[in-house]
Amino acid sequence: RPPHPTPLEEASSSPGLLFCKMLGFLQHPVMVTAEVNLNMVALTAMGLLSRLWQLAYPRAVVFDEVYYGQYISFYMKRIFFLDGSGPPFGHMLLALGGYLGGFDGNFLWNRIGAEYSSNVPVWSLRLLPALSGALSVPMAYEIVRELGFSHCAATGAALLVLIENALITQSRLMLLESVLIFFNLLAVLSYLKFSNSQKHRPFSPRWWFWLVLTGVACSCAVGIKYVGVFTYLLVLGVAAVHAWHVIGDQTLSNVRVLCHLLARAAALVVLPILVYLLFFYIHLLLLYRSGPHDQIMSSAFQASLEGGLARVTQGQPLEVAFGSQVTLKNVFGQPVPCWLHSHQSTYPMIYENGRGSSHQQQVTCYPFKDVNNWWIVKDPGRHQLVVNNPPRPVRHGDVVQLVHGMTTRLLNTHDVAAPLSPHAQEVSCYVDYNISMPPQNLWRLDIVNRESDTDVWKTILSEVRFVHVNTSAILKLSGVPLPDWGFRQLEVVGEKLFRGYHESTVWNVEEHRYGRSQEQKERELELHSPTQVDISRNLSFMARFSELQWRMLTVRSDDSEHKYSSTPLDWVMLDTNIAYWLHPRTSAQIHLLGNVVIWASASLATLAYALLFVWYLLRRRRRVCDLPEDCWLRWVLAGALCAGGWAVNYLPFFLMEKTLFLYHYLPALTFQILLLPVVLEHVSDHLCRSQLQRSLFTALVVAWFTSACHVSNMLRPLTYGDRPLSPNELKALRWKDSWDILIRRY
Amino acid sequence: MLCATSRLLAARAASALPAHPRGRGPVPRSRRRELHFPGHPELPPGDLLAGRFAGPSVSTGRRAILRRGRMPPAAGGGLAGSELRPRRGRCGSQAARAAGRDVATETATARSPKRPAPPSSRRFEAAGRWALLALVTLTSFATRFHRLDQPPHICWDETHFGKMGSYYINRTFFFDVHPPLGKMLIGLAGYLSGYDGTFLFQKPGDNYEHHSYMGMRGFCAFLGSMLIPLAYLTVLELSRSLPAALLTAALLTFDTGCLTLSQYILLDPILMFFIMAAMLSMVKYNSCANRPFSAPWWFWLSLTGVNLAGALGVKFVGLFIILQVGWNTLSDLWHLFGDLSLSMVTLGKHLTARILCLIVLPLALYIATYAVHFMVLNKSGPGDGFFSSAFQARLSGNNLHNASIPEHLAYGSVITVKNLRMAIGYLHSHRHFYPEGVGARQQQVTTYLHKDYNNLWIIKKHNSNSDPLDPSHPVEFVRHGDIIRLEHKETSRNLHSHYHEAPLTRKHYQVTGYGINGSGDSNDFWRIEVINRKFGNRIKVLRSRIRLIHLVTGCVLGSSGKVLPKWGWEQLEVTCTPYLKETLSSIWNVEDHINPKLPNISLEVLQPSFPEIMLESHLVMIRGNNGLKPKDNEFTSKPWHWPINFQGLRFSGVNDTDFRVYLLGNPVIWWLNLLSIALYVLSASIFAVAVQRGVHLPVKVEGLSQVLLRGGGQLLFGWMMHYFPFFLMGRVLYFHHYFPAMLFSSMLTGLLWDTLLRLCAWSLASYPLARCVHVLGILTLLLGTAYSFYLFHPLAYGMVGPLAQDPRSPMAGLRWLESWDF
Repeated sequence: RPPHPTPLEEASSSPGLLFCKMLGFLQHPVMVTAEVNLNMVALTAMGLLSRLWQLAYPRAVVFDEVYYGQYISFYMKRIFFLDGSGPPFGHMLLALGGYLGGFDGNFLWNRIGAEYSSNVPVWSLRLLPALSGALSVPMAYEIVRELGFSHCAATGAALLVLIENALITQSRLMLLESVLIFFNLLAVLSYLKFSNSQKHRPFSPRWWFWLVLTGVACSCAVGIKYVGVFTYLLVLGVAAVHAWHVIGDQTLSNVRVLCHLLARAAALVVLPILVYLLFFYIHLLLLYRSGPHDQIMSSAFQASLEGGLARVTQGQPLEVAFGSQVTLKNVFGQPVPCWLHSHQSTYPMIYENGRGSSHQQQVTCYPFKDVNNWWIVKDPGRHQLVVNNPPRPVRHGDVVQLVHGMTTRLLNTHDVAAPLSPHAQEVSCYVDYNISMPPQNLWRLDIVNRESDTDVWKTILSEVRFVHVNTSAILKLSGVPLPDWGFRQLEVVGEKLFRGYHESTVWNVEEHRYGRSQEQKERELELHSPTQVDISRNLSFMARFSELQWRMLTVRSDDSEHKYSSTPLDWVMLDTNIAYWLHPRTSAQIHLLGNVVIWASASLATLAYALLFVWYLLRRRRRVCDLPEDCWLRWVLAGALCAGGWAVNYLPFFLMEKTLFLYHYLPALTFQILLLPVVLEHVSDHLCRSQLQRSLFTALVVAWFTSACHVSNMLRPLTYGDRPLSPNELKALRWKDSWDILIRRY
Repeated sequence: MLCATSRLLAARAASALPAHPRGRGPVPRSRRRELHFPGHPELPPGDLLAGRFAGPSVSTGRRAILRRGRMPPAAGGGLAGSELRPRRGRCGSQAARAAGRDVATETATARSPKRPAPPSSRRFEAAGRWALLALVTLTSFATRFHRLDQPPHICWDETHFGKMGSYYINRTFFFDVHPPLGKMLIGLAGYLSGYDGTFLFQKPGDNYEHHSYMGMRGFCAFLGSMLIPLAYLTVLELSRSLPAALLTAALLTFDTGCLTLSQYILLDPILMFFIMAAMLSMVKYNSCANRPFSAPWWFWLSLTGVNLAGALGVKFVGLFIILQVGWNTLSDLWHLFGDLSLSMVTLGKHLTARILCLIVLPLALYIATYAVHFMVLNKSGPGDGFFSSAFQARLSGNNLHNASIPEHLAYGSVITVKNLRMAIGYLHSHRHFYPEGVGARQQQVTTYLHKDYNNLWIIKKHNSNSDPLDPSHPVEFVRHGDIIRLEHKETSRNLHSHYHEAPLTRKHYQVTGYGINGSGDSNDFWRIEVINRKFGNRIKVLRSRIRLIHLVTGCVLGSSGKVLPKWGWEQLEVTCTPYLKETLSSIWNVEDHINPKLPNISLEVLQPSFPEIMLESHLVMIRGNNGLKPKDNEFTSKPWHWPINFQGLRFSGVNDTDFRVYLLGNPVIWWLNLLSIALYVLSASIFAVAVQRGVHLPVKVEGLSQVLLRGGGQLLFGWMMHYFPFFLMGRVLYFHHYFPAMLFSSMLTGLLWDTLLRLCAWSLASYPLARCVHVLGILTLLLGTAYSFYLFHPLAYGMVGPLAQDPRSPMAGLRWLESWDF
């Protein structure tokens, strides 16, 4: 209900009055009322102190810095790379630190423990993760407050995050977990702020601000690591339940409900997608030079990068014509990207297993550029191997012959079993032995990504299949390396049992020029000369994005076992650790090692929460309400976000097949730590019946917290690695047999 | 959850009011719904009064709260208020049932002209229903048994399952990744129909000749035909509508995919039969909920359990229907638990009944199938190598059977060492060197799956080369933690490792055979450790799980499981891994043991007990399933291909001269199913939002929406449970894995279209042709599916002649997707 018109609105009715009002500050002093929560300030200060203290120490590559560092260097040098481990936002944040510190990218990231050279701005590279780690402390405070619990509980949560050794270690290095945790917490916090302002003032600026921030924080979390998607889904789930209540709220008109839903959909679904795309846009904008990972990408993508294929393919004619000289690259590119190839050698008459071959010239797929990769597209009806004037383009459905440039033999396949894939046909370059084995060298061109049936075969852009006219076999890369007689090149076969689309049957023209030389000698010279000349870089952003994203998701890192890899079961009770760094001379060392007391009690708190929740739920079902309604709702919401946050960030790891490390648990652990004070406060408020019990419980909590602080302090040398420890001290710190603490043998 | 639970609770409170008798029709209830809305803080005073005069059960609840002294008065008031919210949940299900009954009587009245149906016409009605069921069953049998003997050769996976059926008849032990029940039934059917188990089932395309195969095919076809009446009854129970059930039956009868899959010796018809039977008994038992502990209630409950055991006993995919039934049971118990009129004793009875029938009974049956399996298969066969040494001792014909060997390992013993991981085999060496460029040029050490003289090793002390078998020496046992040397018996070289990278696994160290006549260097020393035992204990043959730790480098002997190239005779790589993580591939046991100085004991005492056998065979099966990984460059079927009927499976024949059978769903039906799922989600969410917004629905629409939300919801859940888990699976997937899900989606289609057409008819009620809309709609769908079956039936019954791209082919013009190749 609109209140009476405010003075300002009255003022706006007449310009003169408005002007008077605008000069109002001449009549009254300008007042700024600020409330400063000193708790928060103190916590932030302590957070900064703990994370930033001696940040540039050790001045050496620590653990996974060796991994992220190379990508920072690529950013600095603007060289394109592909990293399957996560979207580019996290790498970009780290690179931002390097950019601010003036890093030129010149450092060889090859070994853990290597000393940084003087051009590496270690402090500013480590600054952003450290800041996000420090800010997680006040955010923990705010989240518990917004969940509706006391200042005391909130301070407790913040202090636990502050002294947790594993979180400190992880945020003081060039690693991404602390940034991920920061955005996870930010997403939860802003959603809570949003939902708390929902009751009082929906559609106010504050409401919008937190709603939008939720969406942005979620997509930032996903942009750092794919696992961020779990927190995003959790927030979406809670938002969906709340939206369902809004739908059920019949005091709201239908239009208003619709507005609520649309606002949420826009901010929590559409906006994150756009922000995510933005990361890739910036990523591709920044990395415009070709680099070592080019080969994985398609020819069209490579052509869009400066330097790589673009240098080679510049000025190539676009349309393949009869008489064109081409190299044909397989689109699948597994196990390695390679080009259709042939050479003088023939298939051995008899294979090791006794089967026979046609003894014709070998056709393989070769992963290096070579003059033997050139083929000439020939019209079966003509003898010439040059392009007409004007060039006659090859279209979908045309029948062609492929002539091998250096040997002028024709690509052929016939009903002879292939050397290593006997169910498929052998592919050869035809040699006439006069043994009544006729040439079968006609291929029908099938452009897979055509728009119409009269499309022209285009360089780089067209993906084509070659269908053998006589046997309907399809030219396919089987990917099996041939034995020594085939120089370990990859086998190419004619696939008879063709089932649907598969990339290994699809080829594209990479290098291309119109053949001019009539004579074989001249032609060989022409083939040896590099292709000259301008392909437009007209690949759209969405095409580049979808290709890059697809390759990132499918690129397979070899599942190498690692000395410090662990299983999810080891994490809950901290049965494992990771040695991050060892001083080259002394025994000072940095470990990823958590505060055992906090880990164990957080796990216990989760268990206690689950049991209490089930107990209350069952009793409420039988109409016994132990908790008042608002208290119960708070309890449920805290559980959904904190215990739920732990579960969604932890349980999916059981299904993952990649190599796992202890640091994967840290996001889950943070949520678990937030639950701990919530459970403690609940026990104190609702389960301790008398004042005496409550005092006893408080004393216990204080004792427990002191012990946590003590443990944290004891493990401090392993967290900061700032002072060498004697072997005895190190042995004393090895509380579990499964911990790997490095003791030098003198 | 969150606040939803509290609201649910509020709804629960209302349901406890004894003021609502069960039998009352939906009219007054819906009027109540119209009066006050969930989440509405203010309530009409009349209802508030009703709340104040709440029944005794509520006041006990409140008394309990007051006794605890935790509930402030205001909250108590709030609770009282919340008791007045409209009834949902269980009463909702009553409403559905009532509504369902309405629909049923409505259809009844649609047939009989007069409203109070005379008893004779009711009898007529019942007879009609039976006749309809008989007709559906008959059609289904007719389609499934038509040309069952064609083709008279092995089709596709018949080569596996037929072979396994023969193994049961011959009592030979084999290994398969699926549980045994399905294959046992196939074997039984073959046995009863006079098949003697002599056919080899070597490869698809082999002719059956004189061997009797019709018994096995007939058994599978029988179960496959039963699917249709089961689906018919399930939909009838859920929707109370004959047209819906009829439509479902037609969809399944006329689906070429279901038909093809039912006609051969496969596990799928058996699995689908048990899944559908479990679903039907669950639905039947749900509708007995108002008569708990009655005979039909017990019958359907225990039948559910039996079918669950059957489904799980055929394939592990049966787990999905178990989860669905489990979820249904949990929500059922939750409703009962919220019913304050039931005492805790009654609830206990309910709980016990379900535990008995749905957990204990299926488990007992499942275990029983294994007991039969192990009892029947008592001869050594092709499956032995997959199992541990102790397991093999059970099988007659295996060299460990009835063998007697010394129990504890002693110095000088000749042994074979077997890796504990499945399909790795025995530690092996032979007179061949690693080739140039692969580590040091020393003798190869590999693992080998078959028994061979080159698997024999002699245990020696690390520091003395004297012959321990010399009678003057006392017997000295090897103990946990001892430092030993392993000498290869045939070549007299020692097991050796050093800091060279292994041939394939670059991060591990190479293992070789080194030395001449047993004398080598300190790199030949290994510490022998028993897992989970104290130092100093003796080492038992077969039972002790041992590790061999290289003394100098500290690495552990293991096998990477990778196949060596030609130079290694394609045996498996053995490495020494510096990562001390405990994995099965670095754990070994001693299998054969020869030592003339020790007394032999019979292996009988070492035989594993039944629980151990169960556990082991499950581990082996799970590992076998995980091991079925797709290779690079292989065309594999992806779960997203399935619902769109993207690609079929060739059952028989390739070329245009062959008799070809192609497993492919009837595209008309499959695409209709796909459309129906989308339509269902849309219409169900519209209804759900309408209910949540408190929109007043007319009685009839309310009834239909309940059918849609509850009955349809169960079917949609079934579809999701049988489809989405495949996205998470890493193993090789095939098109036929989708068929259980397809059954559910066809049932959903039947139910959805019937309901939508009824809604249509209702909204056109003012026009005279309103009723025709429904009848015509159903008829169109029935005839359409029948016609599409007429078009596509050669896929299932077999085609000859040119392939479909040829215009002369009978299937010309029917290759609607390029990916279909028939």
